[in-house]
Amino acid sequence: MIDTDVLIVGAGPTGLFCAHQLGIIGLKCEIVDNLDKLGGQCIELYPDKPIYDIPAIPECTGEELTNNLIEQIKPFNFKSHLSDRVQEIKNENDRWLVKTSKGKEFLTTNIIIAGGVGSFEPRKFPTKNCEKFEGKSVLYSIKDKTIFKGKSVVIFGGGDSALDWAIELSKNSKVTLIHRRDEFRGAGASVEKLYELKKEKKLDVLTKFSIKDVKGNGTLESVEIKGDDGEIRSINADYVLGFFGLIMQLGPILDWGLNIDKKLIPVNTENFETNKKGIFAIGDICFYPGKLKLILSGFHEGALAARGCFKYSRPNEKYKLEFTTTSKAVKDRLGVKE
Amino acid sequence: MAKIKYIEHNGNQHEIDVANGLSVMEGAVQNDVPGIDADCGGGMACATCHVYVKEDWFNKLPEKAEGEDDMLDQAYEPSSNSRLSCQIIVSDELNGLVVHLPEKQV
Repeated sequence: MIDTDVLIVGAGPTGLFCAHQLGIIGLKCEIVDNLDKLGGQCIELYPDKPIYDIPAIPECTGEELTNNLIEQIKPFNFKSHLSDRVQEIKNENDRWLVKTSKGKEFLTTNIIIAGGVGSFEPRKFPTKNCEKFEGKSVLYSIKDKTIFKGKSVVIFGGGDSALDWAIELSKNSKVTLIHRRDEFRGAGASVEKLYELKKEKKLDVLTKFSIKDVKGNGTLESVEIKGDDGEIRSINADYVLGFFGLIMQLGPILDWGLNIDKKLIPVNTENFETNKKGIFAIGDICFYPGKLKLILSGFHEGALAARGCFKYSRPNEKYKLEFTTTSKAVKDRLGVKE
Repeated sequence: MAKIKYIEHNGNQHEIDVANGLSVMEGAVQNDVPGIDADCGGGMACATCHVYVKEDWFNKLPEKAEGEDDMLDQAYEPSSNSRLSCQIIVSDELNGLVVHLPEKQV
């Protein structure tokens, strides 16, 4: 069990800068994010896209912004818990007991939700029947490739994940790669390799087809696919893999008893607290009159939420504003030598 | 200015006057048309402003942006007449455009 002042849910720019503000005022925090790296949308969706409206930074990319924020919070040595997701929260004596999907537990005075539009999850097949086999024979990621040995594997998708796994698994399995159009967005060399393997009959490639249904009684037997021209085919399959990239979903946050309106959490603008005491929401996920979905607004919201947390974590102390330019205490926290 | 008709999956229709220069996505979001999420705000970095355009109009639209098809691969139930509405910029020529919204975006 990790004991902390604040648990930040979401490691996008807003969550990272909020951690900085918590560090400045002397609170401890831990950061959880479902992605395998810090940076949120900035790093996952647009690492190379220039951003022009960060105060005092005329131009920077999503990746540069993330790297700078990571650098800025380094002095505080906060711990981040990546590829993990906050699953359950429970109130215990005015503090929050938090469990993640990987089974980590936190006891925290405050939770700050900086979840953006939600956590990144793999996009799933639209076909209802796929749910019956999900996790067993219908998969969206691969943990152990040995299970496919000698099996028929049907892979859907046109990006690098789909191509790489088709090529890799074709060594030991009967692989069919299916994509909805002729062009693949994966790396050129992989596409060449794919068609080479197809020519050698090491795997099969079908384009302009998409999934229609999966069949099987208890265990998966076949997958039905539909062509652009209406043609329907059935392919024997022990496993069906889908690689359609990531989508953002609110997930378990919906079950925490928070007021939520159109995927947004209403907050007050004094400290960005939600309807639950000690739970704050900042960045794209929060809503209040005049809300702007800008990174700079998220920074401001994080600064105020941090002060809100201070009140609960240090009930006997009065918060007083200290400047990084002058405060000895703040400089000590930053590890700056005079 | 162009009149754009957005038809939800359940058949509800919304006819909106959209100013030139805005995207079809912005026309929907600014006028509270349900069914277009636009999570990334128009950066062609997600696929949650996905629409279907019937052939008559599909062929009249400006070409898809580079990378648009790659993003559409990640949409919910894309088909050969799918577009990302953030990449369709409104002009007088698009007056009368009809776009059909998918069952859901995510």
